[in-house]
Amino acid sequence: MASTDLHLTAEERAMLAGEAGPGAQKAIEIVVALGRIYGAADLVPVASVQVSGVSYKNLGDAGLEFLQAWAAQGAQARVPATLNPAGMDLAAWAELGFSPEFARRQQAVVAAYEALGVLPTCTCAPYLIGHEPAFGQHIAWAESSAVSFANSVLGARTNREGGPSALAAAVAGRTARYGFHLDAHRQPTLLVDVRCPVRSEADLGALGYLVGRHARTGVPYFRALDPTGWSRPLGFSGPLQALSTDVSAEPDQALSPVQETPKVYAHVADGLRTLGAAMAAAGAVALYHVEGLTPEARSGAVTPPAVEPFIVDDLAPGYAALNGPATEIDLVSLGCPHASLAEIETMATYLDGRRVRAALWITTARAIRDAAAGAGLVARIEAAGGRVVADTCMVVAPVADLGFRSLATNSAKMAFYTPSHSGLTVRFGAMAECLDAALTGQWRGAGSR
Amino acid sequence: MELRGRVIKSGTASGLALVSPEPIGFLGGVDPDTGLVVERGHPLEGQSVAGRVLVFPTGKGSTVGSYTLYRLARAGLAPAAIVNAESEPIVAVGAIMAGIPMVDRVDITLIRTGDTVHIDGAHLTIDPNPQYPVSKFQYPVPDPQSPPPDTRYLLPDTHQEDTP
Repeated sequence: MASTDLHLTAEERAMLAGEAGPGAQKAIEIVVALGRIYGAADLVPVASVQVSGVSYKNLGDAGLEFLQAWAAQGAQARVPATLNPAGMDLAAWAELGFSPEFARRQQAVVAAYEALGVLPTCTCAPYLIGHEPAFGQHIAWAESSAVSFANSVLGARTNREGGPSALAAAVAGRTARYGFHLDAHRQPTLLVDVRCPVRSEADLGALGYLVGRHARTGVPYFRALDPTGWSRPLGFSGPLQALSTDVSAEPDQALSPVQETPKVYAHVADGLRTLGAAMAAAGAVALYHVEGLTPEARSGAVTPPAVEPFIVDDLAPGYAALNGPATEIDLVSLGCPHASLAEIETMATYLDGRRVRAALWITTARAIRDAAAGAGLVARIEAAGGRVVADTCMVVAPVADLGFRSLATNSAKMAFYTPSHSGLTVRFGAMAECLDAALTGQWRGAGSR
Repeated sequence: MELRGRVIKSGTASGLALVSPEPIGFLGGVDPDTGLVVERGHPLEGQSVAGRVLVFPTGKGSTVGSYTLYRLARAGLAPAAIVNAESEPIVAVGAIMAGIPMVDRVDITLIRTGDTVHIDGAHLTIDPNPQYPVSKFQYPVPDPQSPPPDTRYLLPDTHQEDTP
């Protein structure tokens, strides 16, 4: 560990001395303390921040008071900052069954973040609604699945921030330069050979669970994970949309530029979201690389590690670990991480002309819900009895208080967290199996492939 | 005795030392409404951290523990100061949130429960109090053959989704 203290600019020293006000002083105290703990050489300006710690269920009165007190000290985000999901739909909470007491406190939390200058986006997938960092940009994001996507698929640079440290980075406009901000820490530590077919988003979740458990905090490098083998989402007939992941943009570290403009297609990106979210939940994976697919693997900035590969030749243990014994299903929860427009179209197409028996909640960002409503998708889902719920997530909502006892999901991340966070029994399978459970109220998926 | 540490949260404070040979996890380990250590089997179980200079090797446990320190401060039950051998993010962030002076990189084996400790920035002044009834625990003698300490808790935000 570095024995010299971290270097601060004159502006940073002034902020630490309180010359920018007590709110900014507290923020940079947190950033500097973390820099000292992790042996950072200096601080680095951040382009954007994603803040977690929004659900009143997790934050409590102490968290709310802290946010209000910090805002009262004049703390203000200096860079674009977006917010993680809240504990409820901020508009439709009453009809969804949330109590007025919970709603009042949840609204106060969001108001406190707005007073701190954080945009009340309330999504875990900010990159779907325009908050998309560029390749090589330094950012400070909390929310493990978004950290994974930003680092791995977009090639931006962030550690797994906690709620207060991300907020501190937003107010200070910088974070400490350690961990995944440094080239050396972005090199893979684990080689993963996938030797079984990976066909669906649930397969990617089961794979992510197995690799995340093994990798813990390491950086996996996947060989032989072929996205052309992933099925297009069932029923989805639209054109594949290219994401704007230009790896030659703004490299502020010494990275070799690539020859061609890479394209990560939307359905592949949705698969990578699922994979990354599962690894971040089952382990603490903040960054992974996929040979021939993710930007740093393509550009040659990282190379496969010379270690014995971790071989995955069967996904059944992943399915077994994520499936509980439920046969009757009360609630089908899709959209973890928050659903993309393409995923919502897939679900609407499946549900056309059908009627659900169980509750079906599809969670997404408010902006994506608005777009889906404009395209007529929300009306088609509601005609089948399903709901498109914005601003929240069944991992952080008080879902047991709403009277649900069993949940089916196509998200390995949600299947991993729900038993401990909410006490519900969980079934985990592909989107089609989950939608079938919504129609019948029964789990008829195999629970393994 | 004079010692010098590294500032995590600057400030001045004085109080009687309360020394733990083991890490402290604040979430579930310290009751935010009473200030008592409630972790079963912890060397400080049943003792109050309120107003003490709390001396321990490092933090542990859930990241939500930062908010426990904040709640203790709101209730007037926070430690007067915190001294760690090696700081980690949960307690460090909590100390800053709560405004509790904190230093680390201190040889904590030189401090005994009941000593009067004065902290000013990075400087510690320790007045021993040999009459103070010292509890039963002793520091474990380091075994040179043992593996290095587990530093996984030093990683940010492990396994805690949407922690505040």
